[in-house]
Parts: sequence; structure tokens; C-alpha cells
Amino acid sequence: MQQRPRQLKREQFTPLTYLLLTVALFFTMVLCVCVGSVRVSFSDTVTSVWHALRGLPIPENIAKNIILNVRLPRVLCVSLAGAALSICGAAMQGLLRNPLADGSTMGVSSGAALGAIIAVAAGFVLPGFSFGGSMILAMAFAFGSLVLILSLAYALDRSLSTGSIILIGVIFTMFISAIISLIITFASDHTRTLAFWTMGSFSGVNYDQVKILCAALLLCGGILIRFSPELNAFAIGEDNARHIGVNVKRVKLVILVTVSVLIGVCVSIAGTVSFVGLIMPHIARMLVGPNHRRLLPASLFSGAIFLLLADLTARTLLSPIELPIGVVTSIVGAVAFVVIFYKTRKAG
Amino acid sequence: MLRAEHVTVRYGSRAVVDDLSFRLGEGEWLMLAGPNGAGKSTLIEAVAGGVPYSGAIRWQGKDIRSLKGPELARRIGVLSQKNAVGYAYTVEEVVGLGRYAYKAGLFSGRDDRGKGSVEKALELTGLTDLRRASVLTLSGGELQRVFLAQVFAQDPRVLILDEPANHLDLKYQQHIFSLIRAWLREPGRAVLSVVHDLSLARRYGSRAVLMDQGKSVAQGTIDQVMTPENLRRVYGMDVYAWMNEMLSQWRRDQSSSAVNDPS
Repeated sequence: MQQRPRQLKREQFTPLTYLLLTVALFFTMVLCVCVGSVRVSFSDTVTSVWHALRGLPIPENIAKNIILNVRLPRVLCVSLAGAALSICGAAMQGLLRNPLADGSTMGVSSGAALGAIIAVAAGFVLPGFSFGGSMILAMAFAFGSLVLILSLAYALDRSLSTGSIILIGVIFTMFISAIISLIITFASDHTRTLAFWTMGSFSGVNYDQVKILCAALLLCGGILIRFSPELNAFAIGEDNARHIGVNVKRVKLVILVTVSVLIGVCVSIAGTVSFVGLIMPHIARMLVGPNHRRLLPASLFSGAIFLLLADLTARTLLSPIELPIGVVTSIVGAVAFVVIFYKTRKAG
Repeated sequence: MLRAEHVTVRYGSRAVVDDLSFRLGEGEWLMLAGPNGAGKSTLIEAVAGGVPYSGAIRWQGKDIRSLKGPELARRIGVLSQKNAVGYAYTVEEVVGLGRYAYKAGLFSGRDDRGKGSVEKALELTGLTDLRRASVLTLSGGELQRVFLAQVFAQDPRVLILDEPANHLDLKYQQHIFSLIRAWLREPGRAVLSVVHDLSLARRYGSRAVLMDQGKSVAQGTIDQVMTPENLRRVYGMDVYAWMNEMLSQWRRDQSSSAVNDPS
């Protein structure tokens, strides 16, 4: 019998890899703070952040306002959202054993955006928490969309194959877009605000949003990483997961709720930022392999770096005009989607 | 060890398994045989906790529905007919997942025997040299051995097999069945398997349940169950005559080729 070529793998993810990713993330963050319509030097950036952290007065000659009140919260928000969207994509791709699963391809982000838009159009707010209403409805709609899409895909094809999920996701996204357009048409006072949710933007974010994103990522990211062994089992097959003792219903529910919360929070802050959760887990898988113990942390880093670079492109490409970040991620993501879909079909 | 009492599985109004009972004792290899659609695979899915049923399946007197996932997995391991992996996990990672039931949960202790069990399972199935290979590069037979190693690492008391070598060539079929027979020699173990190939059932089984249309037609030792009358009743043909005819054909072909090619 002819032997197939063996792909012998090395231990791919060492503490050095973590260190390299951390250094890369740090430098990307500093780069994104420095570059923009007003250029800020590397040393000014590091000095102001260092002084602010230690509560020391910041030297007069430094553009303190731009660094600490405009760019830094934005860079922190972008990196946290990138990390969150990427870890959600990695978790969904493992859970559904589907390399094309992601909040945007499955229509979950659109569902969340619809929730946020309904909250704004209907004036639903929580006292003392300006964007609480849109956040809660975004989370609820993200979860509802996920359940609806999976139920429809399951009714169509019990194996939840790539094709079925993507097909339902596309149809669902089109349906949601129609409803969003309808709401925007009738809620003309809010048109500019509402349009933001369909294209995505981090313009004008502040430290309140950084804190919320940070808390959501710590909590939900921690839960997802805790469920790494279960995600590995699901990535190999749901029946196999059940046979080795995984409580498949409970784990599925916990992961779907966690992913919905995280996507809902991201969408309510930055609108629909497509494809981060689709592309970055694939890049992370190339770096560290499919084991979720390594894949999820690697996805956090790669997602953060990718979205920072996308935001930098959006801010600087046609400066002084700022592009919606969703435009940049969608252009890159659409190409990646075709490549991954082609490879999946070829392998299948 | 395992006892099924009046188990019925319904899909809508149709009973796919109909009031079926059997028992599985220590050291036994119980073969579930019968034509397509007899309900064999559904019955073992019920035992593995995969489909709802009425009646009871008991592990040493305790209803298995009261056991949590990891508790059930420490007692019952399942090897499915066909396994496919979509991502490039290593052989060792897939086999290592067999230890999940011993370390699941926030407050579970350390799985001290885990590493040893995985090593032993890799060694038993001849996969030690392939431990770092991506499962995407393996042949069907090798992949089935990986999942057999996973279920060995799981260290269950009862092994449930759903036609484990159905799509494999003869060499791998013999290999897989020999490995399972060697596993069964340890005390406190038993095997329940679905087989289509009656010669495999005869060769490896100690007892059998012959099923047709969800019901048990005959139960007992292999000799008691695999009689020409019982087989004719469920398959609607003379199975012994058919097998004899095939064997004679082989012998005739062999002797004629020996005459034509005396060297």
C-alpha cells in the first residue's frame, strides 16, 4: 500500500510565541496612537501614557488631548473589539465544526445591529447608562438570530453543513438589511446614527466603552477559554463529543449565549464590523494549530492586531475623510471568504 | 453489567426499536445482527444516550439516564462507524480527548492516569510513531484506529461499536477486531456491537441478538441464534446456502488456477 505523506507537527505554541504576539500587539497599538491626521512621536505617546498611568503631570509640549482622550481610548476599543470578534469566530468555527462560521457570515452581527437600531429608533435607554438600551437589545437580538439561523439550518440539513449555514446566513442578513433600511426610512431624525450600525466605526469612543468591552472580554473570553476542551471535542464531531462525556446541550447553550453577549456588546459600541471573526481564527490556526487551548488566545492577539491595522487604514487611507471600518474589513474579508470557501469545498 | 428492559425508541408514531430487552455480562461480546432497518444502530444510540427511549437501560441496576455525561463515558465508550475530522488535530490530541470524562468540570481533580492511558492506547493501536501526525493525512483505516485508541484511552467498562470496520478493507477489519478482542481479555469489560457481516459475528461474538423490524427475533449464544431457520426468517433467504456457495466458488477458482498454473 502506498503511504501518504505524513505531516509531522512540532509543538507550535511556546511562551516565546505569546511574547512575540504581545510585543507585536504593543507596537501596533503605539503605531495606531502615533499615526493620524496629527502625527505624534513614539516617545511622546509612551511618555504621556506612562505619566498618566503613574498619575504624574504630563509635559506641556505634548499633544496630551489627542493622545489620551482621542486616540488611546479608540485604540483600546479597537483592539478589545478585534480580540472579542476574533475569539467569537474561533469558538463558533469549533462549535459548529464549520470553518466559515462567524458572526457576520451567519447573520448574527446583522441581528445585533437590528437590535441596537430598534433601541435607538424607539428611544429605549437605561437610566444612567447612555448606550445600555442598544447594548441589551443588541445582545438579545444576537442570541435570537443565532438560535433562529441554527434552527433553520438544522431543519434544512441535520448535519449543519457549511453550505446550509452560509445560505441561511446570507438570506437572514438580506432580510435584516431590508428591515434596517425600512426603519432608517421612517426614523429620519436618527438616520446618521442608525447608518453607523450598518457600516461600523470607532469614531468618538471613550473610556466608558473601553471599560465595558474590557469587562465583557474578560468574562466571556474567560468562559470560552475555559471551554477549550469541549470546543476541541465539538470541532472533531458532536457525536464524538457526546460519546466522550461532554454535556453537548449545556455546552452549546453556554457558548452560544457567551458569543451572543460578546458580539452584542461589540456591535452596540462599534456597529457591524464584518469578517474579523472569519479571517483571524484561520490565521491563528496556521500559527498554532486547531487546538482551542492555543487557538483562542492566539485569535485574541491576531484579531486585535488585524482590527487595529484596519482602523488605521480607515482613518488614514483617504485622510481627512474617514472610511467606515466595516468597509475595510469587508474588502479584505470578502477575498479571504472566497479563498477559504474554495479550499473547504475542494477538501470536502 | 448492562441490562436493557423493554426498550422502545419511536420516530414519530413508528417504533424503530420495539420493546426490546437484553443483558450484557462481563467478558461477553454481544453481537446485534439483522437486516437494514432492523433498529440495531438506533438501539446502541439509545444505550449511548443519543436518542430518547421508553423502558430502562441499567448499569449495575442503576438507570443510565440518571448518570451525567462524564459518569456515563467512564462506563460506556462508543466507536462509530465512520469518523471524519475537519481540522488538522494531531493523533495524540484526538486520542487525548478520550480522557475528557476524568477531568471534566471546574472542581474535578487531576487525571493522574491520563498520560499513561493515552500512551498505552497509542501503543496498543500501533500509533506511537504517528502521534504528531495530522489526522488529515491518515488513511480511513488509520483514522479508525485513532478513534479506537481514543475509546481505549477513555477506559470504559463497556465498548459499543457500530459496524466499526464496515468501510475498511479486510486487513484493517481483521486488525480492528483483533485489537478489540485483546482489549476484552482484561477483567470487568464487555463489548456490544452491531455487525452486518455474519462471519465476523460468528468469529468474534460470544452471544447475539438477532433483530428484525425493531424486535428481537432470537437471543442466546451464537450457535443458538445463528441457525439457518432464524436467519431465513429475518433475511428472507437461505444465508447458509449462499455462504456455502460463495466458499465453494472460491475453492473452485483456487483449484482451477492451480491446475492452469502448476508453478
